[in-house]
Amino acid sequence: MSESRAVLEGPDIHRALTRIAHEILERTKGADGVVLLGIPTRGVTLARRLGERIEQFEGVKIPVGSIDITMYRDDLRLKPARPLGHTELPPDGVDGRTVVLVDDVLYSGRTVRAALDALNDLGRPTAVQLATLVDRGHRELPIRADYVGKNLPTAKSEKVKVFLDEIDGRDAVELIK
Amino acid sequence: MNKHLISAADLSKDDALLILDTAEELAAVSERSIKKLPTLRGRTVVNLFFEDSTRTRISFEAAAKRLSADVINFSAKGSSVSKGESLKDTALTLEAMGADAVVIRHGASGAPHRLANWVRGSVVNAGDGTHEHPTQALLDAFSMRRRLGSLEGRKITIVGDVLHSRVARSNVLLLATLGADVTLVAPPTLLPVSVGTWPCEVSYDLDAVLPKSDVVMMLRVQKERMNAAYFPSEREYSRRYGLDRDRFAKMPDDAIVMHPGPMNRGMEIAADVADSPRSTIVEQVANGVTTRMAVLYLLLGGESAQ
Repeated sequence: MSESRAVLEGPDIHRALTRIAHEILERTKGADGVVLLGIPTRGVTLARRLGERIEQFEGVKIPVGSIDITMYRDDLRLKPARPLGHTELPPDGVDGRTVVLVDDVLYSGRTVRAALDALNDLGRPTAVQLATLVDRGHRELPIRADYVGKNLPTAKSEKVKVFLDEIDGRDAVELIK
Repeated sequence: MNKHLISAADLSKDDALLILDTAEELAAVSERSIKKLPTLRGRTVVNLFFEDSTRTRISFEAAAKRLSADVINFSAKGSSVSKGESLKDTALTLEAMGADAVVIRHGASGAPHRLANWVRGSVVNAGDGTHEHPTQALLDAFSMRRRLGSLEGRKITIVGDVLHSRVARSNVLLLATLGADVTLVAPPTLLPVSVGTWPCEVSYDLDAVLPKSDVVMMLRVQKERMNAAYFPSEREYSRRYGLDRDRFAKMPDDAIVMHPGPMNRGMEIAADVADSPRSTIVEQVANGVTTRMAVLYLLLGGESAQ
C-alpha cells in the first residue's frame, strides 16, 4: 500500500515562493532583464506566481513564459510518444536576458538538462538560473538549483507530488512511499 | 496511434486530435531562427516515391529534417525500379538499410498496405493511386482548425473530381471523424459508385451549397487521369463547378477557400479567388510541414511499437 504524507501545506508553499521571489530580486539586483520560464505543467504555474509576487514587491512587471522540453528529453524512446506541452516565449524573447527556469521538483536533473538544450535553440540568454519548489536530491547530472523552496531528503523509491490550486484545486507537496 | 498511417480511417478521434494538437505546438518551430529539434536523431526516414510529386516529397523531407532524422530520397525514375525491380524487393532493400519509416507514394491503390507487411518500420501513405492521402487530410483539417477553431458541426464542401481524388476520400473520412458535415459536389461522372457508403452528403448543384458552407475545398481536375470523357468541355466544367468571383461572393463572409494544389487557375478556381485573403492555399503548404512533423514524431518519437 502506498501512503502519502504532506511535507508542505498551502501556507508553506506561499512562504517559500515569497522567499524565492525576494531572492531573485536580490540576486538579479531588482530583476532587471529577468525572464521567468516555467517548465510545463506545474513549473509554468509557479513561474506565474513568482512573477506576480515580484511585481507586488517591486512594482516591475517581468516577462513570464513557458518552455516545453518533451522534444529534448533523453528518455523519449523508453515510452510511447508523449503529447507536447506548450512553449510560449515573451514577445521580446530571451536574447540578452537573465532566464530563470522554474520547475516544481528537481530530481535527476535530466529535465533541466533538456530545458537548457531547448533554451539554446530559442536564443542566447546572458545567464540562466534555476528555481525549484522542492529539491529531492539524487542528481544524475552536474546541475544545482539557484533558488530552492525546500530541500527534501527522499529515498529513490519514494515519489514527490506537487499539487497547485490552479491545476489541482489545492496547494500541497506530498511524499508518497 | 497505430504503427502505420495508411488510411485516414485508421485514426480515431483522439488520434486525430492528438496529431492536430501536436502540430499546433510544432508550428512555432517553423517561426523561430533555429528550425530544428533533436527528437529523431539517429532515425532514418525513406521517401519512396513511385509517382511524381514535388510538394509532398519536399514537405516530408523538410518535416523529417526539422526533427533531425536522416532522410533518404528514392524516386522510381533512374532507380532499380526502372530496371524492373518489384515493390517487395525494393522494400527488402530498404529494410536492409534500416529504415525506421517509409513514406510511400505509389500509383497503385493499396501499395502502402502491402508494403506495411514487408517492412519492420512505420509506413506512411503519401498518396496511393486514387485511394488515400491521409497527411493531406490532416494538414487540411489543421489549416481549417487554425482559421475556424473546432471543426465540430462545421459545413465543409468539397468540389470537383472526387472520383480520382485520394485527397477527397481521406478528407471525407477524417472530417467525419472530427465531427464536421461534409458535402461533395461534382458532376455525376466524377463521383465514385460507392459514394453512397461514404459518411457525407452529395450534391450536383454548387450554387445551392455555397451559401451554407464554412469551408469550400476545390479539387484539381486531374488531366493526367482523364482518359475518358467525364465532362463535355473544360469550359462547361469551369462554368458549372469552377469557383469564380461571383460564386465566391455567395459564400458567407468568414468562409474560407482551400485547394490541395497544384491549381489549374481559371479552370476549377479563379485567380483572384485563389489569391484572396480568405484562401488558405499558401498556408496549406507551410501547415503541411508542421502536420507531417507531428505525424513523424508520434510514429517514431517514442519507443518502437511492435
